[in-house]
Amino acid sequence: MKDVYKIREDFPILNKKINGTDLVYFDNAATSQTPIQVIQKIVEYYENYNSNIHRGLHSLSADATNQYELSRKKIQNHFGIKNDCEVIFTSGTTHGINIISSGLESQINSSDELIVSEMEHHSNIVPWQILCEKTGAKLKVIPMEDNGSLDIGSFKKMLNKNVKFVFVNHVSNSLGTINPIKEIIDLSHKNNTKVLIDGAQGAAHFKINLSELDVDYYVASAHKLCGPTGVGFLYGKSELLEDLPPYQGGGEMISSVTFKKTEYADLPHKFEAGTPNISGVIGFGAAIDYMNDIGFDNIESYEQELLKYATDRLNKIPGIKIYGNLENKISVISFNLSNHHPSDIGSILDQFGIAVRTGQHCTQPVMDYYKIPGTVRVSLSFYNTKSEIDLLIDALQKASNMLG
Amino acid sequence: MLCRRHQTCWDNSLFLNVGTIESIQQDIVNEFDFFDDWSEKYQYLIDLGKKLPDFSEINRIDDNLVKGCQSNVWLHAEIIDDKIIYTADSDAIISKGIISILISVFSGQKPDDIVKAKMDFIDKIGLSNHLSQTRANGLLSMVKQIKLYAVAYNSKK
Repeated sequence: MKDVYKIREDFPILNKKINGTDLVYFDNAATSQTPIQVIQKIVEYYENYNSNIHRGLHSLSADATNQYELSRKKIQNHFGIKNDCEVIFTSGTTHGINIISSGLESQINSSDELIVSEMEHHSNIVPWQILCEKTGAKLKVIPMEDNGSLDIGSFKKMLNKNVKFVFVNHVSNSLGTINPIKEIIDLSHKNNTKVLIDGAQGAAHFKINLSELDVDYYVASAHKLCGPTGVGFLYGKSELLEDLPPYQGGGEMISSVTFKKTEYADLPHKFEAGTPNISGVIGFGAAIDYMNDIGFDNIESYEQELLKYATDRLNKIPGIKIYGNLENKISVISFNLSNHHPSDIGSILDQFGIAVRTGQHCTQPVMDYYKIPGTVRVSLSFYNTKSEIDLLIDALQKASNMLG
Repeated sequence: MLCRRHQTCWDNSLFLNVGTIESIQQDIVNEFDFFDDWSEKYQYLIDLGKKLPDFSEINRIDDNLVKGCQSNVWLHAEIIDDKIIYTADSDAIISKGIISILISVFSGQKPDDIVKAKMDFIDKIGLSNHLSQTRANGLLSMVKQIKLYAVAYNSKK
């Protein structure tokens, strides 16, 4: 990989001082930082060709439309998607999940079963609970195990002819576990069950080929991949997306409107009602380019090196307990220190300029499983360094002394 | 690290016979003036948190939870001789330190005085700069809850 200190020069925010000390940004699982290449692309849009897409005949609109559609191509290529019409731009992962959950309302009934896992983010639980309330379908949960893995044996037993859908995350946001999604998809398909994978945490850390995975739906957010906030994508197999009703009505998503009958537009426009986040989508494309320039293989191996270094150093601190100890995990470390409340540790780390996430990470069932109020979560990215991890270790030792 | 005044408070489990709200607030502002940096302020809060008297288990109920805190904060109020006695607890020690300061200001005061009390001492002690937005919101929620109890007792009279 390119020298990490050279990479850091691409991220203006990493020069920031917090309480007079250098920012150490370890909250990458919540949102990743944005390189200047992406920021410039967004600025360029507003300075040079800000206009609405797919509508105007004028040059600006043509430029904006071209750039917007180019981003769709970039995402299609990057994620190994067969047709560009299978890439739907959304406001983020949550939006993508809600497009599916609301669309399935007409396809699910009270004899159906839906499966989620115990380690899902709330955004991959609540929409399905709402769908079950509306349809009378039953929601079942794949249990997790102490090491932070899913109990696949239980999952196999849960599959029966009534199970219509499985919703699982690619990577757990609170533990970092990489779930065996290929196995889950294959088992589900043998049972005629469709699968949606929440890729919010997976997409940023390694290259994924969605066609090879044969997944039915995959959702992710740009802001976890060095892109802007408020934009993401939903991938769906075209035959499935065609069967779903539109999520929102409005402009852009129609082919003809009369008061007698409205014809919906073809994919992907059917699901992109209204003026989308044009600059965000263009920035998303630039982020995909940026990360591919660094190289996903490089990102993966460097982040694994950071993960090992940080885990080894953390494990030497007396009283540390790390949740989720699988070999197969991304560079996320969730831990507690002695019996100190995670928010106390987080507040003190913040004073040292170290940004971590504390709390339940929108995964209350995971916290309930371990019977803890929350954890401190350190999530590392390819622009972090070992010396930043050293600063964290020092700060944790000081926090431990302060808290006594 | 603890000042004599606080020490006296902790010794008196009912927090009665303290000064006026203004005078206690001024004492706290003076105390915080002594601290050179954030770590001393934090250490002070942590020590206060540890000294907070035990919270009665029967009051550890959801109705007493202060909404808007990342950690659990329980606040109980009862009226004794026209004065409100506040007790509190939290599972996070810094939150406990913060609520302990608020209790030292408001517990043992008359509802009317609590309702009317100004809160600018919080800005004066400069703690807000050192609290994350989540924690600062938590502090506001605690103040709001303390005042709500006072308003409720006032309207019952």
